[in-house]
Amino acid sequence: MAASTTARRTGAAPAATTAPGDAGRSLRRLWRAVTHNLVLFWSALTLLYLFLPVFVVVAFSFNDNRGRFNFTWQGFSLKSWLDPCGAPGICPAMVRSVQIAALATIAATALGTLIAFALVRHRFTGRTPTNFLIFLPMATPEVVMGSSLLALFLNLGVQRGFGTILIGHILFNVSFVVVTVKARLQSMDARLEEAAMDLYANEWATFRRVTLPLVTPGIIAAALLAFALSFDDFIITNFNSGNTITFPMFVWGAAQRGIPPQVNVMGTAVFVIAVAGMVIARLVRGRR
Amino acid sequence: MSGTGARRWLPYLLLLPGGLWLFVFFVVPMLTLASTSLQEGSLQSGYVLTWRIANYTEAVTAFREQFLRSFGYAGIATLLALVIGYPLAYVIAFRAGRWRNVLLLLVIAPFFTSFLIRTLAWKIILSDTGWVVGALKTVGVLPDNGRLLATSAAVVAGITYNFLPFMILPLYASLERIDPRYVEAAQDLYANAFTAFWRVTWPLSLPGVVAGTLLTFIPAAGDFVNVRFLGTPSQSMIGTVIDSRFLVVLDYPTAAALSFLLMLAILVLVVAYVRRAGTEELV
Amino acid sequence: MNVAGDGIRVIDEPSPGDRLHLVDLTKRFGDVVAVDHLDLVVEPGSFVAFLGPSGCGKTTTLRMIGGLEQPTSGRVWLGDTDITDLKPYRRPVNTVFQNYALFPHLDIDANVAFGLRRTGVKGAELRRRVDEMLELVQLPGYGRRRVPELSGGQQQRVALARALVNHPKMLLLDEPLGALDLKLRRQMQIELKRIQTDVRITFVHVTHDQEEAMTMADTIAVMNSGRIEQLGGPVELYERPATEFVANFLGQSNLLKGTVTGTDGDRRTVSVGDRRIVVPADRVPAGGDGVLVGVRPEKITIEHAGGPDRGDGGAVAGGNVLEGTLVDVSFTGVSTQYLVALPWNAEVMVFAQNLQVDERLQPGAPVRLLWAPEHTFALCPGTAAAPRDDAAAPDPPVAVTPGRIADVVRDG
Repeated sequence: MAASTTARRTGAAPAATTAPGDAGRSLRRLWRAVTHNLVLFWSALTLLYLFLPVFVVVAFSFNDNRGRFNFTWQGFSLKSWLDPCGAPGICPAMVRSVQIAALATIAATALGTLIAFALVRHRFTGRTPTNFLIFLPMATPEVVMGSSLLALFLNLGVQRGFGTILIGHILFNVSFVVVTVKARLQSMDARLEEAAMDLYANEWATFRRVTLPLVTPGIIAAALLAFALSFDDFIITNFNSGNTITFPMFVWGAAQRGIPPQVNVMGTAVFVIAVAGMVIARLVRGRR
Repeated sequence: MSGTGARRWLPYLLLLPGGLWLFVFFVVPMLTLASTSLQEGSLQSGYVLTWRIANYTEAVTAFREQFLRSFGYAGIATLLALVIGYPLAYVIAFRAGRWRNVLLLLVIAPFFTSFLIRTLAWKIILSDTGWVVGALKTVGVLPDNGRLLATSAAVVAGITYNFLPFMILPLYASLERIDPRYVEAAQDLYANAFTAFWRVTWPLSLPGVVAGTLLTFIPAAGDFVNVRFLGTPSQSMIGTVIDSRFLVVLDYPTAAALSFLLMLAILVLVVAYVRRAGTEELV
Repeated sequence: MNVAGDGIRVIDEPSPGDRLHLVDLTKRFGDVVAVDHLDLVVEPGSFVAFLGPSGCGKTTTLRMIGGLEQPTSGRVWLGDTDITDLKPYRRPVNTVFQNYALFPHLDIDANVAFGLRRTGVKGAELRRRVDEMLELVQLPGYGRRRVPELSGGQQQRVALARALVNHPKMLLLDEPLGALDLKLRRQMQIELKRIQTDVRITFVHVTHDQEEAMTMADTIAVMNSGRIEQLGGPVELYERPATEFVANFLGQSNLLKGTVTGTDGDRRTVSVGDRRIVVPADRVPAGGDGVLVGVRPEKITIEHAGGPDRGDGGAVAGGNVLEGTLVDVSFTGVSTQYLVALPWNAEVMVFAQNLQVDERLQPGAPVRLLWAPEHTFALCPGTAAAPRDDAAAPDPPVAVTPGRIADVVRDG
């Protein structure tokens, strides 16, 4: 991009044929080359910054750790990988997190998709307040959302646990699902649905054969986002978990008592599974 | 198509389950929070709603420092994330070519490791015996007895790191929509690379900047995990106080007052900021 | 296309019961009147084009026929059935959409089979009809491909196949060739016309391209501001435009202000400036004496005024003559265009074939313009934008029949 515009730029400017002009131009070219690479260099550093902790997490999952804290490198070992449930309570916490994330994803995706359809496909009084109600939870810090739910549960005398965590997770995911599905619906060509209707598909057949298949990628993306957000949520869970321990709660607790390397094993495993899943999804979509 | 009766009710039917959920578990809790913040009493005798506004004034007086620190840290972290993230978003949008998707994956990938585990990794990286501190001491940036962990710098660095993708992704989304021919046109009209950026690319990317700064600032202001892992109680933020008042001290009115104040402060900031930036449609 | 006559016999002969009748059709979007009390009859088997600038209401009219838009008032009849309130999927009418609207998640087979499946066609019958139709549009063997793999022209053919395979009583085409490049568009125009002649289904075609409309349609409805300005065959519309709008929208016209001054048998004389122009009496509208006299630029012969007669005195004798000064000459390849200023404040454009070029025809030269009275027409000025009186009785419907140039009864 820069190279081609440079040519045009100098072509458009009055021709400078004298030596100082040439020197100025090559200086400018040098400057441009530097700035050009500066941006790339800066970006590479940023990526490195993003990945630095990941390297550490992966490396310390292989640490031959002795003692309570897995903070200093003591040598390579596979022992934690061979015994991932070795830290008491870690595997039940993991299972609980997956359960909550799965349930929260299903519920939030269903609720959010319905709202997205209502907002994009229908004109009705109350759209603006609805949009605001969707936006608010995303603009609310998690501490506030978590503590307000806690206030409600305290006032009602509700026992906190699995159910209250689930309620909170569905709550903060709904807005994200609405926004994701809404974007997909809005980018869909309305003429495709008209074409279906024109081709003898009634409302239900149009929805089933055209709208739904075309919106599905958006719904899947929303569901994946919801799962990831729920699985990793700490702050809202922290306020409403009672004695129930999810994986992030386990890590939080372990951070005070001593972190077993199995935490890193789980972190690495989740990371690898998620990245592999995304790569496979992209390859499959690329082939189709 | 004409609006039949069923069709007129359909949107409300679609909204009902999700809307009800948001109402019962978001709006009602906010009201409960507000009412709790005006209660009086003790854990033993129970809290009663007495409309005690003093809860607020007392909370602000007692925790003014944490409030200011929260907004300060969040502001600095947001600015840093913008400076760090913008070039990367720019490169992905304009220079990456067929590597675009790979780079986007690379931006998101680190966040597949748990938020808490990532932050704990920073604890290792910045530890007193780690190579970062060692290197800085060798260069002379840090004094021999200096440390990174348990300082404000570490907390801000951790916050910046944790919310960086919330900055990069919206930036990318708005940069990606800019037609490169605008920049070419600017250069054709005698703008140098910097002017072309400053007069064309940057203004066109402002919606992304607004969305990115909000998405970074809001969670940053409420965070208490980074302080816990990377800082000390003397760096405690408002989130730390809300967390401990609610779950440890069990002083619900004060905690609720602080929480409600944080919400209001953020809302006021967001509205003022969005007004100024002139981008209304964020959702 | 080599399949003419093959595979298309399945389509029934047009029956008079499939006549389309639009009655007093109106569509308002808020305060904007998109279609304004439109009346039209389309006989089965005809190829009608709605021609007009963007925003003239042509697409809205088409969408109301297809059921994608609900009229504010008025009815749509197909044969003896009032289809105004029928959902699109209950109408025996199919549409080729602008930009095709092919389903991106389905392959070509599934796209073409979509309508058949909805109407319960299955198995071998389905297979046969899809294959037959892909053959008709010259895409045999493309069934397993996905939409993005096809070129624009191929997608256009799939869209056509997807609609025609259902044997609709009427095919609606919404700017179907708009996305194609010029050469492909010309080619598809001829093919579309051929397919229409083969299948003998009524085609209602919407376009803003006058050449496209003239090439394909037997009848053109020129639309402007939600109303039909004039309806007729391409030749009729071109030779005898009824309004200023039509005269300028279809090709170019020289329009000169004049006054009807006398009658000479079947001819009228119109004084234009200080000259008299002869116009056939049946080409002069009834009504006021103030008219616009029109002549197409290619009908005019231009010659140098100083020079001797070029010998085609036949054209001059009893013909129309104007004198003026040559202002501009531009060479366009097929022709040379001359702009001539008349002594009064008016200009005339002349297109001359490049047969023999008079070197003296340079800007500034005095010139003489000659043309035959048969090539002259007259219009009432300002008929283009005359606001319609809603209280007036509805106009009688204008009829479109294939192969015949319909009478224009509007404003009659």
